[in-house]
Amino acid sequence: MILKTNIQSMKKTLVLIALAAGLSLAAQPALASGGAKHPHSGGFSFEGPFGTFDQGQLQRGYKVYREVCSSCHSMNLMHFRTLAEPGGPFYEEGQVNPAENRFVKALAAELQVPDIDSETGEPIMRDAVAADKFPSPYPNATAAAAGNGGAAPPDLSVMAKARHDGADYIYSLLSGYRAAPAGLEIRPGQHYNPYMAGDLTPFWKGQGHVPEGGFIAMPPPLRNGQVTYDDGSAQTVDQYAKDVAAFIAWASDPKQVQRKQSGMGVLIFLFLFAGLTYVSYRRIWKGVAH
Amino acid sequence: MSDHESTYVPKTGIEKWLDSRLPIVRFGADYMSLPTPKNLNYWWTFGGILALCLVVQIATGIILAMHYVPNTELAFASVERIMRDVNGGDIIRYTHANGASMFFIAVYLHMLRGLYYGSYKAPREMIWIVGCVIFFLMIATAFLGYVLPWGQMSFWGAEVITNLIGAIPLVGEPILIWLRGGPAIDNATLNRFFSLHYLLPFVIAGCVVLHLWALHHAGQNNPVGILIPKDRTAKDTVPFHPYFTVKDGFAIVLFLILFAIFVFFMPNALGHADNYIPANPLQTPAHIVPEWYMLPFYAILRAIPDKFLGVVAMFSAIGVLFILPWLDTSKVRSMRYRPAMRTFFVIFVLVGIGLGWCGAQLPDSPVVPGMPSFQLADGMLNSYLWLNRLLTFYYFLFFIVLMPLVGLRETPRPIPATISEPVLPGGGDAMTSAAPASPEKKG
Repeated sequence: MILKTNIQSMKKTLVLIALAAGLSLAAQPALASGGAKHPHSGGFSFEGPFGTFDQGQLQRGYKVYREVCSSCHSMNLMHFRTLAEPGGPFYEEGQVNPAENRFVKALAAELQVPDIDSETGEPIMRDAVAADKFPSPYPNATAAAAGNGGAAPPDLSVMAKARHDGADYIYSLLSGYRAAPAGLEIRPGQHYNPYMAGDLTPFWKGQGHVPEGGFIAMPPPLRNGQVTYDDGSAQTVDQYAKDVAAFIAWASDPKQVQRKQSGMGVLIFLFLFAGLTYVSYRRIWKGVAH
Repeated sequence: MSDHESTYVPKTGIEKWLDSRLPIVRFGADYMSLPTPKNLNYWWTFGGILALCLVVQIATGIILAMHYVPNTELAFASVERIMRDVNGGDIIRYTHANGASMFFIAVYLHMLRGLYYGSYKAPREMIWIVGCVIFFLMIATAFLGYVLPWGQMSFWGAEVITNLIGAIPLVGEPILIWLRGGPAIDNATLNRFFSLHYLLPFVIAGCVVLHLWALHHAGQNNPVGILIPKDRTAKDTVPFHPYFTVKDGFAIVLFLILFAIFVFFMPNALGHADNYIPANPLQTPAHIVPEWYMLPFYAILRAIPDKFLGVVAMFSAIGVLFILPWLDTSKVRSMRYRPAMRTFFVIFVLVGIGLGWCGAQLPDSPVVPGMPSFQLADGMLNSYLWLNRLLTFYYFLFFIVLMPLVGLRETPRPIPATISEPVLPGGGDAMTSAAPASPEKKG
């Protein structure tokens, strides 16, 4: 009977914890995705508790960012050395230091960054090194806005964390451009995208329901065959979008895979510890009616 | 239990020397041997869990403060730098961020336990009141902390909440400027919020000492809710250690499993994506919402059409908890023996969850999409605005009307004479108990 009571109260505790978790999830604020289409899954390898990044995909994603996105979008929180950290696109087994990674040094050296001449104090441009941040395409936010019709292209460093559905959203948005439905008034400098948040009601002159999605200032950035892949992957908009979304998901939280792996160890420990504690509890309380 | 005899005997020379000068070892030993009602169930483990939460928040917070930069230009990047370049920084920061949510899950369950079992009633009023002070400080600390990463929700949350102060007639505006350190939320605001966010947890820790002091003076409540007569102490209590250290310990490990699942596998599930967009005073987010644990109070704020009265209602929702011991007229503590009140309690819990739900919705959105509705005063009847008002009404009804009224009108079930009775073989349920006692005598 005591055992039964214990199990019952334990069940209650577990139900309670589950309820608490459910409550907190249910209390998730509704996102202001005013009628945007729900992103479709990119089927990414890094999803789930055991998922890891596909290094080839991260390298391709970096290439797409470098050759396409980086002409307008900065990644101010990224350093070249980060690319060679464990789990990163250019990590090499046996490397001594991410900043000494041969690929990263070569990739950095392709670019120029502003600096001050240490002798004269004059502003100069020099080759980037692994310790440098990714250079920004614009000198400041005002210049970025002025060059893009008043809306500065957002920094992409943490973009996968800054949008609901993260990588799936980025993938869906980049590959989801389509012709605006007839009857939708497009303002100059705007483009229709069904995955973009917004409310198209004021611009809808057509029949039936207001279309899903919103206006985005970014023109469709990707074309088939635009970036050359040397690993045989398909050179399509869909593949580019998927790869760059994976790269941004990695860049937004470069330690996520290691963290999940530590988490597995932590959970195994905690479950064993819970078992031991429960056995101790049963033993100590043996013979005490309660 | 306040007259718990000390059984500590100093053994070594240094213990004897210390015991006559600063009896700190005796204090700890007495604490550990404290007679504790043996029928405490798992709802009583949240006290220990909360102590752990506070320690985790302070420990991770101190490390974060070593790397965080309280400057509007640098704060956002410094938080990201912690997660990228500081050893273990991602785990420390996610533990701190999710730790706030875990803290509130535990504190809400802890408070509901107190409410259900009448732990606020004499002689335990001060335990409850100090607990309410801790809860209020927790809300303040969590709000201040949420501002620090300087994302969009940080900034606009601070904007909305500090603006509430401005709603106070006459003095609101000067207080608002004083609080923000200027006419708008800016670097001065961020700096003082950081300073206060570091200060308040230690004030909480001080209040926890008072909370425990009061607890050990008045003695713990228990699920049956009766005071343990002196001659029953030996039969109805067990020493805190090892009986409750191991039971609390088991519950803490289960709680840590939940905590770890969030930190390691879904660290951003409880946060808002917009807070990873750096603060921009020129761009208002489409939908400003506080963290989930504030949503019920945010809902109460929005239920009232007048801004100032809304602020009054929101603070009253917490304020009413302070006078709860005097609102409840029942002589029976535990709702186990108060079937009517138990029903109202269950409704209260659902209302609390409902308020949290309403707090996250746009007030004009329909509750049941597509259902025909009509305009009632300032909103459609089928809208979160009116659901919210209904729930807010019940929230206050529960404390101000039901608590005093039900206590006077109800007929409680017979309560057992001792806490051992319900668990002894053949004793079973209180209803079939052989020796039912009248609540008047035992309350």
